[in-house]
Amino acid sequence: MDRKTNLKDWTLFLGFAAVVLCLPIILDPIGANYPDLLQKIAIFGIFAIGFNILFGLTGYLSFGHAAFIGVGSYMSLWSFKLLTMNVLPAIAFSVILAGMFAYLIGFVSLRRSGIYFSILTLAFAQMSYSLAYSVLTPITNGETGLQTRAIRTDPATSLLDGDIRIIDQALGIQEASVPTTHFFGMAMSGYTGFYFCAVLLIICFFIAQRLTNSNFGMMLKAIKSNQNRLNYTGIHTRPYLIAAFVISGMYAGLAGSLMAVTDPIAGAERMQWTASGEVVLMTILGGVGTLVGPVLGAGIIKYAEQKVSSWNEGILDSFFSFLPEGLQHFMSGLGALFVGEGWHTTLGLLFMIIVIFLPGGIMEGIRRIAAVFARKSKSNNTSAAAPQPAE
Amino acid sequence: MSAAEDIANEPGRGFDRGTANTVLHIDDVHKSFSGLHALSDVDLDVREGETHAIIGPNGAGKSTLLNVCVGRLKPDRGAVVFDGEVLTGKHPHEINQLGVARVFQTPEVFPELSVLENVMVPALSKRDGHFRLNPFKNFFGEKALRDEAENVLESVGLQAQLTDMASVMSRGDKRRLELAMGLIQHPRLLLLDEPTAGMARHDTNATIDLLKKIKEGGMTKVIIEHDMHVVFSLADRISVLAGGRIIAQGTPDEIKENPKVKEAYLGEEQV
Ligand SMILES: Nc1ncnc2c1ncn2[C@@H]1O[C@H](COP(=O)(O)OP(=O)(O)OP(=O)(O)O)[C@@H](O)[C@H]1O
Ligand SMILES: [Mg+2]
Repeated sequence: MDRKTNLKDWTLFLGFAAVVLCLPIILDPIGANYPDLLQKIAIFGIFAIGFNILFGLTGYLSFGHAAFIGVGSYMSLWSFKLLTMNVLPAIAFSVILAGMFAYLIGFVSLRRSGIYFSILTLAFAQMSYSLAYSVLTPITNGETGLQTRAIRTDPATSLLDGDIRIIDQALGIQEASVPTTHFFGMAMSGYTGFYFCAVLLIICFFIAQRLTNSNFGMMLKAIKSNQNRLNYTGIHTRPYLIAAFVISGMYAGLAGSLMAVTDPIAGAERMQWTASGEVVLMTILGGVGTLVGPVLGAGIIKYAEQKVSSWNEGILDSFFSFLPEGLQHFMSGLGALFVGEGWHTTLGLLFMIIVIFLPGGIMEGIRRIAAVFARKSKSNNTSAAAPQPAE
Repeated sequence: MSAAEDIANEPGRGFDRGTANTVLHIDDVHKSFSGLHALSDVDLDVREGETHAIIGPNGAGKSTLLNVCVGRLKPDRGAVVFDGEVLTGKHPHEINQLGVARVFQTPEVFPELSVLENVMVPALSKRDGHFRLNPFKNFFGEKALRDEAENVLESVGLQAQLTDMASVMSRGDKRRLELAMGLIQHPRLLLLDEPTAGMARHDTNATIDLLKKIKEGGMTKVIIEHDMHVVFSLADRISVLAGGRIIAQGTPDEIKENPKVKEAYLGEEQV
């Protein structure tokens, strides 16, 4: 049994890795093969995988995970500004800081469960969001957002407007203008940036897969299944929940850091509750509690967002040009509600459809289809084999 | 002779933290639910290695008494002492870690886990304690532990369903799974709340045999049962609870002869 499950796990992992690495080729026919979108898909994939460790395994629905995205982004920016444009320290510090931040929020929020837990996390995230715009402006640069700058020449210049990059300076690296982020010389833009994120996504998937299949993962599933009973088997559920919360917070911190790595600017809008809600949608759309689902959900939502929000009435007009003129205008007028600025309407609609008709998400849809096929081939086999012994 | 005298005359009782052979000592426990006295003046001693049955009509407070023991309910007054340690005020997981396991009346398994996993959870809790962060270790690789879990499942007759989800099991099977979840921990004290209710006669007898076998291993048990056949085949001593009070205590033969018990319980059930 163990060898068989082992084989299944490795097949899933290798298949996942192959698909991620071939994403530019796979997404080319649907017009999604450009680095900016590919990077986003990988980054939000990481975010959603981590979110699923908490939500999918323990059933605790956090509405505040965008706060850790913010922590990761700001931390990375400061690492670029103060230390080096190499992304390694930025990522390391971001993940650690997000983990510490998650411990704090988790410690308090996990005193409650269910809806109260969700509300506590939401409150915390909104608090961080407004703090980023008020008290914390010396760190976040408020609405302007935090950016990398050229090395300051006058020590009186604020660190927000001029960087120091101690490590790069000590190494004697010459900077012409504002330098780009890099991983030991590899520029983190374009396809290199995507592949960097893709490799991290694959590593993150591997870790999540191991976690899910471990004893620890089993305890998390037991919490979701019957937390009360678990207490009577001698398990203290709170530290397990805090650990899951911190791990998923670190995933979010990594995602936030990668956003800064691929595009070195950080603003507080990343911490808004809509961003927290988005990862919930991704996870549910793909399939809560599955390994691949959240990544799939992230990919679909990011792709649809890019596409749908770029459409406008003109495009719809030409799409409906086969209709009589009056109807054509009506249809494109109606459609206009859902494209461009109206993207969030579409997202809401999509979400409602999924939750009502396919609560297990796309992965459940795939399972159902696979089950139908399995039954068909089985009945074919038995109907072919059965008659002989019967006679 | 009053019920209180009955109890007072029982040898081996005392309000100290238990004489040498007392494992569980329930001391003057009261519990009421908004005016309803579910438990009043309950005193009970369970001795090392014995099987102590608690019987009584529906709503007598039997499950409530177990709830007080495992930390699900806090008594209004009184205390529960296990092996010299006061359990009252401790968390359920702490009480379990001390060696008290409970088999629930309504099966409370983990529906989304497999049968084997349902047993692995308490097994790991027993071995690794109340929290262990071992995110990369999987019990499939731990043969000794898994063998033990499979043996326990075999002893309750669930060996054919190891990989089934607990949610699809019948009620009787869930009960047996509950029992396996208790047994795997080798607790010092096992509290069983109607482990055979709803089982077919055949399965009930199998469960009696299993519990007899465990008894040879020296595990102390408290068993709540309505089925007198089960009670009289297993119990060394019996306490009778009615209306939240202990009205009689003694060996099975003494209880059979006790007129109060006949009146309060046996007569009513026509056993
Ligand atoms: N959590 C609770 N809140 C309010 N009342 C309760 C609660 N638990 C039990 N009771 C009441 O306390 C009394 C004793 O209940 P308990 O479940 O202990 O009875 P029991 O002896 O186990 O009965 P049964 O044989 O039906 O299982 C009942 O009247 C019950 O309604
Ligand atoms: Mg009961």
